[in-house]
Amino acid sequence: MKLYCLSGHPTLPCNVLKFKSTTIMLDCGLDMTSTLNFLPLPLVQSPRLSKLPGLVLKDGSTFLDKELKECSGHVFVDSVPEFCLPETELLDLSTVDVILISNYHCMMALPYITEYTGFTGTVYATEPTVQIGRLLMEELVNSIERVPKAQSASMWKNKEVQRLLPAPLKDAVEVSMWRKCYTMPEVNAALSKIQLVGYSQKIELFGAVQVTPLSSGYALGSSNWIIQSHYEKVSYVSGSSLLTTHPQPMDQASLKNSDVLILTGLTQIPTANPDGMVGEFCSNLAMTVRNGGNVLVPCYPSGVIYDLLECLYQYIDSAGLSNVPFYFISPVANSSLEFSQIFAEWLCHNKQTKVYLPEPPFPHAELIQTNKLKHYPSIHGDFSNDFKQPCVIFTGHPSLRFGDVVHFMELWGKSSLNTVIFTEPDFSYLDALAPYQPLAMKCVYCPIDTRLNFIQVSKLLKEVQPLHVVCPEQYTQPPPSQSHRTDLMIDCQPPPMSYRRAEVLTLPYKRRYEKIEIMPELADSLVPLEIKPGISLATVSAMLHTKDNKHVLQLPPKPPQPPTSKKRKRVSDDVPECKPLKPLLSGSIPVDQFVQTLEKHGFSDVKVEDTAKGHIVLLQEAETLIQIEEDSTHIICDNDEPLRVKLRDLVLKFLQKF
Amino acid sequence: MPEIKVTPLGAGQDVGRSCILVSIAGKNVMLDCGMHMGYNDDRRFPDFSYITQNGRLTDFLDCVIISHFHLDHCGALPYFSEMVGYDGPIYMTHPTKAICPILLEDYRKITVDKKGETNFFTSQMIKDCMKKVVAVHLHQTVQVDEELEIKAYYAGHVLGAAMFQIKVGCESVVYTGDYNMTPDRHLGAAWIDKCRPDLLITESTYATTIRDSKRCRERDFLKKVHETVERGGKVLIPVFALGRAQELCILLETFWERMNLKAPIYFSTGLTEKANHYYKLFITWTNQKIRKTFVQRNMFEFKHIKAFDRAFADNPGPMVVFATPGMLHAGQSLQIFRKWAGNEKNMVIMPGYCVQGTVGHKILSGQRKLEMEGRQILEVKMQVEYMSFSAHADAKGIMQLIRQAEPRNVLLVHGEAKKMEFLKQKIEQEFHVNCYMPANGETTTIFTNPSIPVDISLGLLKRETAIDAKKPKLMHGTLIMKDNSFRLVSPEQALKELGLAEHQLRFTCRVHIQDPRKEHETVLRVYNHLKGVLKDYSVQHLPDGSITVESILIQATAHLEDQGTKVLLVSWTYQDEELGSYLTSLLKKGLPQSTS
Repeated sequence: MKLYCLSGHPTLPCNVLKFKSTTIMLDCGLDMTSTLNFLPLPLVQSPRLSKLPGLVLKDGSTFLDKELKECSGHVFVDSVPEFCLPETELLDLSTVDVILISNYHCMMALPYITEYTGFTGTVYATEPTVQIGRLLMEELVNSIERVPKAQSASMWKNKEVQRLLPAPLKDAVEVSMWRKCYTMPEVNAALSKIQLVGYSQKIELFGAVQVTPLSSGYALGSSNWIIQSHYEKVSYVSGSSLLTTHPQPMDQASLKNSDVLILTGLTQIPTANPDGMVGEFCSNLAMTVRNGGNVLVPCYPSGVIYDLLECLYQYIDSAGLSNVPFYFISPVANSSLEFSQIFAEWLCHNKQTKVYLPEPPFPHAELIQTNKLKHYPSIHGDFSNDFKQPCVIFTGHPSLRFGDVVHFMELWGKSSLNTVIFTEPDFSYLDALAPYQPLAMKCVYCPIDTRLNFIQVSKLLKEVQPLHVVCPEQYTQPPPSQSHRTDLMIDCQPPPMSYRRAEVLTLPYKRRYEKIEIMPELADSLVPLEIKPGISLATVSAMLHTKDNKHVLQLPPKPPQPPTSKKRKRVSDDVPECKPLKPLLSGSIPVDQFVQTLEKHGFSDVKVEDTAKGHIVLLQEAETLIQIEEDSTHIICDNDEPLRVKLRDLVLKFLQKF
Repeated sequence: MPEIKVTPLGAGQDVGRSCILVSIAGKNVMLDCGMHMGYNDDRRFPDFSYITQNGRLTDFLDCVIISHFHLDHCGALPYFSEMVGYDGPIYMTHPTKAICPILLEDYRKITVDKKGETNFFTSQMIKDCMKKVVAVHLHQTVQVDEELEIKAYYAGHVLGAAMFQIKVGCESVVYTGDYNMTPDRHLGAAWIDKCRPDLLITESTYATTIRDSKRCRERDFLKKVHETVERGGKVLIPVFALGRAQELCILLETFWERMNLKAPIYFSTGLTEKANHYYKLFITWTNQKIRKTFVQRNMFEFKHIKAFDRAFADNPGPMVVFATPGMLHAGQSLQIFRKWAGNEKNMVIMPGYCVQGTVGHKILSGQRKLEMEGRQILEVKMQVEYMSFSAHADAKGIMQLIRQAEPRNVLLVHGEAKKMEFLKQKIEQEFHVNCYMPANGETTTIFTNPSIPVDISLGLLKRETAIDAKKPKLMHGTLIMKDNSFRLVSPEQALKELGLAEHQLRFTCRVHIQDPRKEHETVLRVYNHLKGVLKDYSVQHLPDGSITVESILIQATAHLEDQGTKVLLVSWTYQDEELGSYLTSLLKKGLPQSTS
């Protein structure tokens, strides 16, 4: 069993597990932090951005000044943003049989894998994962494609050139692997390869392995996966949550008895308590609006936004914000809000019960009905007519590099009345803000990451008791910025095996058994013998059939009956055909009883001699000698087949067969 | 021999009161718990005393499965769980769990409030009963206990309808509930994988019907409604609140829009809007098209269809009314029917199956003079049309499902005996499987012949499959049976595990050969001879002058007295018995003269 680690990002994993005869890709996360190195894509030309000075290298050379721009001491690539793909060279990705997706954030690299590597397998994911994943991809493609950029910078990627650049560009890894965004046709082609699955559905792969998604509690339709054969069990835990938010709670019990547990997607902000952050979010929002400022919330179109809207639903009246308009701007805003209401089966118990009434599970339906929340596909069209300030705007992308958020950063950045509140934990907010500096607007960082923290992990591991834990190397040491916090790492026995990008791990386990089916006719023919109390044995000689990795034992075919007349003539010429299958023997022969038996069968001249290790039984007339020892019997005789066979059968009577 | 026993308490050679008991590998499962629309006495509910005369049903049943929310499949549930007494798990899909209590409450109201029956289940009982319900996802494998697992498949029919696979070890039964093999305007088609159950229990409502294309029926329906409305008549369409109603509403809504018709369409009872809400929230259970377009246009938000008020029935002019219940056996649909029956301009369209004993069944079988309560005779002058819109599989569909699932046996329920008989023959002819159709209370026993799963040591398996895994081959092993665990290992390993030593049995035979030559020459002759005969065996001449054939050892010595005779000592173990025995007899015949 081997694990190929294709991504270095612990929350956007991409691993390939070779298990029995199958090759299974676990998630294909897309590392979008690479986009932070690029200039934002404004919808309308921004004078500020276009006036940024080109980079002058230390030696004074300016050949990169078209590609790289400087802003407040940071250098940015002036080009279409690019993403860091999972490793594609570590193994031949066309050999991947299936891809298992755990949540919609972890499938963003799917088109790169399915459309560019010769992949011919199947992708498995739950329905909400696919629907919302599609929305995330649509939004991504839309926000990049609608601002076509003439320039595509590539000179800086040259290894010799990159060396000369200031950090962080100098240290950016695998820049040659960075790719532009995929297109909608590629998204559609990728999504068409997905087969929908439900929680606790057992999916057979080639008869060799069974995979099962389990609720992971993190997002709508998010799942952990069990990959198991009859004897081995690998649990893949990716993005799980024990907090009660909108999704169905995490299924922990099914993770028990794993040989190997692969642990990814823990919280990225282990020191922040999500509940506290939500509180801070609300109070900062209220304060800004009361002071006449606007609030900008850069966010994904699905996920935490549902919880934020629910909090605001309860909060706005008491905070006196009923008249403040809330806008949700995204090409998929409407779809996201609609879809959230139709996945009742994937929601927590409380929300499920609402559907039985029947009422929409999320209160944002009411916010929309009462006109408190309005959603728009973009800032064009209806929005510009309805736009009233002060207001609260939810829009993407959290990286602040593309999407309508860029427009509002430019629009509101100069006023200290306004606030941008970061809730998504995927991007460093300081890095995200860098190309907008200097900024007058307030910045509040309330990262809400509901995924497991280290305390919950250690509790979980104690509970489910895996034999081995495998995790990204980041989890085996404290965060670099807080090296004294040894509590912010995984602590388990035996210590976890860690992996990093482009590494191949050999997972410890030893298979000893396989399932085989004994056909009823064969089972009927078996003769069990009780050897010890409670233990019976039966010797089995049977035909082994193997098909689709399933093994079946059947009665051996009856030997074909050749014409008997012919057979009689040439009886001794028939070389025995199939390798004879004689059982092993065990036991020992009591000499006295053996002699008595011989005498009973007509041997009158039996003589017994004692030897160092046993006895010798002599049949004088037959010139036959039988050496009997504890663990062996040796019959030495003339070539008298009937005699030998007779003696053989008498000896066998005293022995057990295996 | 292991067996599966099936006893219908309802729906055996009958439609209504679906309730089927299945015993499989020591587990007892009850499939559906329905009421019969054709009866108002004891016969309306299944006879649960069949399960046990005294004692709680919980002790005798491992679980109850409800296939969908129609009352003939779940109508007896509160009676069963709260009045007779059952506390075990009840499984159904989410939409069924959502809608079922509403229909039960409706049914209770009609029975208790309108007909004044006492000794019927109460609202509280419905609530308590629903607390015992565990909702299942499609395709989720639900572990009822360590051995018993169930899995739901999409069945079409109505929102949330499911077929269920019941599995214990390698024995399994599939119960279809009611299903539809062709997608309609709001639901998809039933689907099941090639799960090869030992038994498929299928409904057979339309056992003998092959229905024409849906499009024709729809056109027919629209034409009749349109004509009636054009001539100023009123159209009554008795429906159940959920299911066909929504399909027909979608149909009329789009037709009204296209033709720009003005005649009002009403939908009776407060259930309408609520029902449509369920469809909106459970849109993932509808068909592909509706699911794809719901963000832009939700098919269940109707513009032309309005809520019905009792007073509207007396309004002049044309109108179309959907009214519940669907078989004209009670409630609003029956009231409206009585009002409109006398006018030949009007029309009643029965869009589904009607159970015997209902007014619907009577008028469909041509009766035009009905005796109502109080000996009042109602003369039916309005046009009566029957249009099969009920979403059951027809004969073709049933055969198609059997082809999909590949069961070893088929059992028919939920149909009429005569029609079942015909279908049974057809199934047995086409699929060469046994087909059963037990009556209520009659037990069918099916013998299964499961193979036995055992653990084989990987060492043994690899040894056997090392060369060519595809080709069947003879293997030898020892099966160790201990505490219900079965392990197949190599004989050597079995001995080792049991702490036993191997006992070696060896034979050495003296074979006399007439050969005056020197010993080593004799050996060479023997070697050449054996090599010639035993082409498929490894025959070796060792430096010490002995010969081996596989693991059999042959040595030659001179005869003590007779120099012309050589003694060949052939030695083999019991494991080589066949070959050893063969060799001695071969050598006994002497060496061929020509060998040099």
